[in-house]
Amino acid sequence: MIALLIILLAFMIIGSLIAIETRDLLSSVICVGAVGMGLSVVFLLLGAPDLAIVQVAVEVLSLIILLRVIVIREDVTIAHRFRHEDVFATSAALVFFGIFLVFAWRTFQQLPAFGQPSLAVSGNYLAHGLSDVNSPNIVTSILLDYRAYDTLGEATVIFTAIIGALAILRTTGRISDERHDPDR
Amino acid sequence: MSGMTLIVKTIARLVVGFIIVFGCCVVLHGHLSPGGGFAGGAMLACGFVLVLLAYGRTETRRIISENRAATWDSLGAFAFLSIALVGYFSGAFFRNFLPLGRQFQLISSGTVMWSNVAIGIKVGACLFAAYLVLAGFRTAEDM
Amino acid sequence: MVLYVLTMVIFLAGLYAAMAKKNIMKTVIGMLIMDYAVNLMLVLIGYRRDGLPPIMTSANEPASAFVDPLPQALIVTSIVIGLAMTALMAALCVRLYQRYGTFDTLHMRKLKG
Repeated sequence: MIALLIILLAFMIIGSLIAIETRDLLSSVICVGAVGMGLSVVFLLLGAPDLAIVQVAVEVLSLIILLRVIVIREDVTIAHRFRHEDVFATSAALVFFGIFLVFAWRTFQQLPAFGQPSLAVSGNYLAHGLSDVNSPNIVTSILLDYRAYDTLGEATVIFTAIIGALAILRTTGRISDERHDPDR
Repeated sequence: MSGMTLIVKTIARLVVGFIIVFGCCVVLHGHLSPGGGFAGGAMLACGFVLVLLAYGRTETRRIISENRAATWDSLGAFAFLSIALVGYFSGAFFRNFLPLGRQFQLISSGTVMWSNVAIGIKVGACLFAAYLVLAGFRTAEDM
Repeated sequence: MVLYVLTMVIFLAGLYAAMAKKNIMKTVIGMLIMDYAVNLMLVLIGYRRDGLPPIMTSANEPASAFVDPLPQALIVTSIVIGLAMTALMAALCVRLYQRYGTFDTLHMRKLKG
């Protein structure tokens, strides 16, 4: 089980590295899609079927949106120019990431061991969930009865983000005017 | 954004009914099996986006315009908030005030089912509204 | 433990793409990868070895036979928020492409309109 999870996580790491480094934007988006589908399988193996359903549907929608933005250009490849500032930036980033991983390793030893969660709060939800809310799905009863206030907050965040996207993309009839007169 | 060929349009017309019915089923059975408002709402948005991709933007706007999708979005959010406020006036904010019913029945567990329906409508409408507005921009070959 | 470190490697890969890449679509892809890594990390913390998914079939199972349902409930909403965030970033990229005609962030600083 752990070996299967490690193989899937290695697949996700390789997919994300390819997505970052390749110069063809179309291949990059397809690799991100592969990473998302791998994540859905990992959710299924970790005992979270609700999350796997949501991750698959959301992954398909993200792919459509990214592809729609990418094909707005004529060509989807990136021209590569080697600059000497890039060497310093990349090496500084790698040093920072090494320090980050060292501190992360020391922090993870403080967490409970993998496979034995502490269940400090959810022990109560699992013990009394079926009798309090009468629904067999404990995740839904947490989302909409015990922690419904958090769901209201998250619904507000989704609402605000989509209203922001609608407000940015509002003027669809003035595309050709803006190209000639960009000071408006 | 123009539509696609006749084969794609025919298959989309046959399949979109199943997708929307399955999305509604996942929303309604959220308290009995894995799923719920967010998963069902994402599936409903997928069904609408299939219609948008197959038929093009002008035909889809005739059925659902951006204003109508944004209105359904706001109605879903308002329904969720009103369930919370009715619970407030009968005890606590978000109190489960409807009768709990028997286990494993469809209409049971109080306000959980109605909250799922409100969230499903909200998420499905708002994700589709974002796609409908994004499809209005012409691609590079049209510019 | 190894799984936590691998998840942090995915997060750092996304962070590198968001920080050091000149193309703005790579920044968007980097933020998407960071979102995946954070969601995975929180679900990994709540996993119980040989645990059942938190769907009860009868009323007499002890609470120690299930995986932790609280991280799962919070990550469900977080995944959909990630999609709304991607839609907002895509809207910004479309507007930037209309304004400057390129996705390259170096050129976006030079052109003054």
